[in-house]
Amino acid sequence: MNQTINTSKSYTETDILQKLKHFLPSQTPIKDFIHHNTLHAFQGMKFYDAIFKASKIFGYQVTLELNDFRKLYSQGRIKENILDHVIITGKSFDSLNAWKEKLISGKYNEDQSPRVGMLRAFWKSKYKIDLDNAVQPILFRVLCSYLDQGISLSRFPLHPDGFLASIRELEKNSYTSFFKSDRVKDLLLDDQTDLNSLLQIIVGHEDYFEQYLFDQQFSHQGWSGIVAAVEDAPHTLLDERKITFHDLIMIELLLEIDALDDQLGYSWAPIATSMDHPPIDLFSNVDRNELNEVMILWQNAFEWSYYDDVLSGIKLQRSKNTNTSKEIPIEKTFQAIFCIDERECSIRRHIEHIDPRCETLGSPGFFGVEFYFQAEGGLFYEKLCPAPVTPKYLIKEFDSNQKRKHEILYSSKSQMLITGTLNTLVLGYYACIRLIQTLFFPKMSPAISNAYAHMNKQSTLTIQNDNPDHKENNLQIGFTIEEMATRVENLLRGIGLVQDFASLVYTIAHGSSSANNPHHSAHDCGACSGRPGSVNARVFAWMANHPEVRSILQSKGIQIPVTTFFVGGMHDTAADQIEFYDEQKLSDHHKKQHQANLLNFNDALNANAKERSRRFSSINTKQSLKGVRKSILQRSVSMFEPRPELGHGTNSLCIVGRRSITKKLFLDRRAFLNSYDYRNDPDGSLLTGVMKPIGLVCGGINLEYYFSRVDNYKLGAGTKLPHNVMGLIGVANSSDGDLRPGLPVQMIEVHDPVRLLILVEHKPEIVLKAIQSSPEIYEWYINEWVHLIALDPVTNQFYYFHDGVFSVYLPLNNQVQDLNNTMTLVEQSLKMETNYITDATRENLPVYSLN
Amino acid sequence: MELLLSYFLVLPLISLLISFFLPAKRESHISGIVIGSIALHLVAGLVFVLYWLLHGYPLLNSKLFTLYSTGSFEFFIDFHFDRATAVFSIVGSMIALFVSIFSRTYMHREEGFKRYFVTILLFFFGYQMVIFSGNFETLFIGWEVLGICSFLLIAFYRDRYLPAKNSLKVISIYRLGDICLMLVMWLIHHIFHKNITFSQLILPSELITYDHQLLTICVSILIMIAVAAKSALLPFSSWLPRAMEGPTTSSAVFYGALSIHLGVFLLLRTYPLWESLFIIKCLWISLGLLTALIASSISRVQSTVKTQIAYASIAQIGLMVVEIAMGWHGLALIHFAGNAFLRTYQLLISPSVLSYKIHDMVFNYKPLAIVSRNTWWSRWSDTFYVLNIKEWNLDTTLFKFLWNPFKKFGNRLTLPLNKTSYTIIPVMLSFGMAGFIADDHVHHYVDHSFTLITAISALIMILTAFTERGSAIRAWNRLGIAQGLLSISVALNEDFSFYQVMIYLSGIMIAYATGLYSLYQVKQVDQDIILDRFHGYSHNQKKMGLLFLVSCLGLIGLPFTPTFLGIDLLFFHIQYHQVLFVILTALSFIFIELSALRIYARLFMGQYKKADHAMAYRSS
Repeated sequence: MNQTINTSKSYTETDILQKLKHFLPSQTPIKDFIHHNTLHAFQGMKFYDAIFKASKIFGYQVTLELNDFRKLYSQGRIKENILDHVIITGKSFDSLNAWKEKLISGKYNEDQSPRVGMLRAFWKSKYKIDLDNAVQPILFRVLCSYLDQGISLSRFPLHPDGFLASIRELEKNSYTSFFKSDRVKDLLLDDQTDLNSLLQIIVGHEDYFEQYLFDQQFSHQGWSGIVAAVEDAPHTLLDERKITFHDLIMIELLLEIDALDDQLGYSWAPIATSMDHPPIDLFSNVDRNELNEVMILWQNAFEWSYYDDVLSGIKLQRSKNTNTSKEIPIEKTFQAIFCIDERECSIRRHIEHIDPRCETLGSPGFFGVEFYFQAEGGLFYEKLCPAPVTPKYLIKEFDSNQKRKHEILYSSKSQMLITGTLNTLVLGYYACIRLIQTLFFPKMSPAISNAYAHMNKQSTLTIQNDNPDHKENNLQIGFTIEEMATRVENLLRGIGLVQDFASLVYTIAHGSSSANNPHHSAHDCGACSGRPGSVNARVFAWMANHPEVRSILQSKGIQIPVTTFFVGGMHDTAADQIEFYDEQKLSDHHKKQHQANLLNFNDALNANAKERSRRFSSINTKQSLKGVRKSILQRSVSMFEPRPELGHGTNSLCIVGRRSITKKLFLDRRAFLNSYDYRNDPDGSLLTGVMKPIGLVCGGINLEYYFSRVDNYKLGAGTKLPHNVMGLIGVANSSDGDLRPGLPVQMIEVHDPVRLLILVEHKPEIVLKAIQSSPEIYEWYINEWVHLIALDPVTNQFYYFHDGVFSVYLPLNNQVQDLNNTMTLVEQSLKMETNYITDATRENLPVYSLN
Repeated sequence: MELLLSYFLVLPLISLLISFFLPAKRESHISGIVIGSIALHLVAGLVFVLYWLLHGYPLLNSKLFTLYSTGSFEFFIDFHFDRATAVFSIVGSMIALFVSIFSRTYMHREEGFKRYFVTILLFFFGYQMVIFSGNFETLFIGWEVLGICSFLLIAFYRDRYLPAKNSLKVISIYRLGDICLMLVMWLIHHIFHKNITFSQLILPSELITYDHQLLTICVSILIMIAVAAKSALLPFSSWLPRAMEGPTTSSAVFYGALSIHLGVFLLLRTYPLWESLFIIKCLWISLGLLTALIASSISRVQSTVKTQIAYASIAQIGLMVVEIAMGWHGLALIHFAGNAFLRTYQLLISPSVLSYKIHDMVFNYKPLAIVSRNTWWSRWSDTFYVLNIKEWNLDTTLFKFLWNPFKKFGNRLTLPLNKTSYTIIPVMLSFGMAGFIADDHVHHYVDHSFTLITAISALIMILTAFTERGSAIRAWNRLGIAQGLLSISVALNEDFSFYQVMIYLSGIMIAYATGLYSLYQVKQVDQDIILDRFHGYSHNQKKMGLLFLVSCLGLIGLPFTPTFLGIDLLFFHIQYHQVLFVILTALSFIFIELSALRIYARLFMGQYKKADHAMAYRSS
């Protein structure tokens, strides 16, 4: 193709490919599940404009169905006064009844047939040929074999130049072919063949290229998405593969031409020759219709029915606090810094209840230390910080003396002919015994992803760097004293822990153990790139204990008493266990205190397990604490348990402020809690840093759950039960199915699809400054992908951020129920009848005021 | 002792009936009754086996009751108990029990929890029926039940396209096996001149004439097709990976463990029949070896966990076939149990392979060497790689040669028939009826041509229903008419009493009527029941879906209607030299089931066409 002609046309190949990649799912291989806004491609638009546009183009369901909203309303979960308020503020007071009628009983056509796919449907209508059936099975198979990380025994014969080159080489070198048509074989081997020439054959006119390619790639967005993701970040595969999105399209077009040639001979014409109308612009504006307006009102009413409850609770709480007295300074037994993760919300409540003299705080679970980690004997580095950060540091594990155990039944030998025979004759019976064990005596095994196996408790870590030239692959090994001090200072200042240190300060990361669960990393710490945060907690504690670090901190005004000791630990959110690190370094005095605290932690874990058990129908909530705890532990190691925990289901709040805002509230494990003390930060300079990851991490988690919930078929992964692991990079439903990014139904069933409400305790103008610090951060707020409220600490007034300005919000309900005993509430819970939204979320409890 | 045998089938049947009437929300009751009855079955089985062993493990045979008998035709339910029964029954109960316990938690809150457990129980009943059967007729009942259970569980996620498509694919291969088995029954009847039990299967030496040897070879080849279809031997292997559409647990119990090994069981059962035929033995050994080699080499290139296990399992089954042909039955039984346990376990834990292997890679990864490509060996290894990825074209070839000719034929006929059908059909029917009434008066030659003509028209009706892309009601009517024509053709063929025709038609007429009713009901929804795509009506027409499914199964003569008996009778009346006629009838029976299930799948499976709710991509 002549270059000059090519550029003069409207069609430019790279533009189209870039555009396609932008809209494809961006999920990387499933071993590192990183939550993100599923519709990230639309984030530049306002939330409602974006979702309705995405729906029109790609056919996604983007809100609950109309009927579900109506059911939630009749259940009382959407409150009438809130609905009225939403209609009045959104429309007008006069039209209240008219809109209400439309919402409650209007009839609408909810059909959302997408724009994408219309052009390519032509093959079926004109030639009665099902191209998807003819092309996809072999395409997926070849692609999966190429990307395969370690399932197949005979691996794809790789060519160093990538996917297309490998296929070419196979074609040249073998006596058989993936293709049937001679023309296609020639095209494949011809160096002159490019995307344009193939599109000319099959589409025929450049005006239709973009639409055709969108139709084609969005007929299997899972596979296309993974190819695009791997092209941009090859290191997300352990066994790296060179593949480009361009190569994938080339092969797919060749297979399409091949199928057409094979079934129709050469008697078919390119698609454009039969088109009597111009191509449709997939991305042309979508006008809002009345149904959209109705959905917006319902969604807002649904969201505010909960938010208003929360805000009322906080307001009442604060008025009570000011009524009584000032905080009495008491000596604290310990301080514990947890991850902001909303699953830690309940354990913090329990430990505070059990030991009223302790203090808990929240900070993103990588504890401000960003690095790669290399386990002893490990051949790869694992990133332990939020996904967008690229660390310059490496921490290596030594002396772990941990021999990795093997599981003989996973051996690939059983899949071969001869060894397989011996295997079946002998191991088959062993498998029977293992099966019985799996069913009746589930226990931890090498086949189960164990959060505590990420780092060995006994090992030593290379945390300190004394020579900045000490590098490995351009990564500095460990942190210098200065670098440590900066990180410790940033974290402590950020959470407002700069004085009144208790003698023990725990940093408690979290991870999650689960069995038979390809999505296990979606349960781990989002701030650690979907991995357990044990190393971070341990590293931070080590740094904060370092005398030289402390002396630097002292010079900067943070005085940590010598009697204060930091201890790292990790909470397994599925098994409800906590493991602590470097306990042997504790002095005798600290040890004694630590022992006492351990008992309290254990009680808190018991209570936490019990609270969680109300969601699990297999556990009798009323049995003894020990029994509940045991059942919870067993879930995390049971091969037959598709819900080891419920992950981030129900998350809907993020509180950036002091613990006192929420301490006396029962928030049902729905709130990300990030400690921040406005008193140390009058001008908001720290707040900017605090707000930086909030949208991306918490908002990302929230929207991933939102979209997986409202459209579990297209945006979620569907039910887990038929999933088949494809090449160790993802899951699909069957042998020849498309990859399924997103979350499976077992993780989202209890989730209320509401956007995140972020509440920041500071003056509105300061909060505004903080979120405006960068356009990427501001986008989250101005485009309403999350809600934002500033709580003025002086006036106790709420300010809601909308269209760029903060305005006062007065809670409507102004009352919440009192709760005397969480445990009785837990025991009263009803098991869900079905996992249909209105049944499944019935147990999402309102806000209670704790007495 | 023999009398006890029937209890092994009564037990699952009773619990099946109970579970069917339990409300779907009562998860623990449903799973409880399934687990309980299978556990009871296992315990009873173990006690019985112990008792049997202590009594010198005799071969047991018990005739439960005769359903129908006339002249030399006797349809009776018969049980048989020997070493193979003991092993298959105990292993089957164990695996079914383990998987049910596994599923109790695994399937929790899944839409279709009850459907799953009821189907598992039905499967368990069918499986034990096959294992305990003492004659082909009894075995065949179980065999058909299993086929339907497979279909239902592959299409468990019926709102997606791929399960719907693949379930039809698998059932079409199963059906081929079923019909071969039916022909086996027919031929055996002609060899022995009576309905026999497995324990009578050894040919008396005086019977072995040249003629009989030829017939026995035919029987053996038919058995071979039935076994190959059920156990995914070559050339049918490619259905097995495609059957992994249901929940992991059902894949484990069906395609890892039990259903897939039934071919092996049938082979063991029929061994005495072909034991003395050297050529058949050679055929079996080569088929087994070839399957083992090709399936294991395909399994080497599989990059998905479940398909890898599927092909590896087929390879082992290939070896079992060799073992049986060599007469090493003890070894084959040990091999079966080992393979069943291993594959069940591997499938159940297949999702955990991801974290296990990734973890393993972190510590033990060795990069792949990029090999030089200029040696003769690399050319062959590349060739084999491509062949293996393409599964040796098994999937495409099978459909090209097995089904496409019939599809084309049906398509050719659809158009002319659509124009003329409503004039031709009454003519055909009255033609047939006239022949039937005039039976005694016309010459035999005329009679036989009448027979053939009606049989051909029946097949044409069925094939056009099979390829019908228009109205579902039209296709359904054709199937109804075809069944009428079929019965007439057989009635014309032999002295077939009116009573016998009624046995045959009684089930069909009810099934036809209820089917028609449900079709009209579904049509009410939005006047669209065109068969050119999947409609997914089970989204909002669950009851009609069930009714229509039952009607389909009735129409094709599943063992719960008298038609089943009728089909057997019908075959019995075909003389063994009427090759053309028997082929026509067999084809009719293959395609009548496929057409009926196709109508069911097209209407009730796949995505619901109205995009007013979240729904799956076609490719997912």
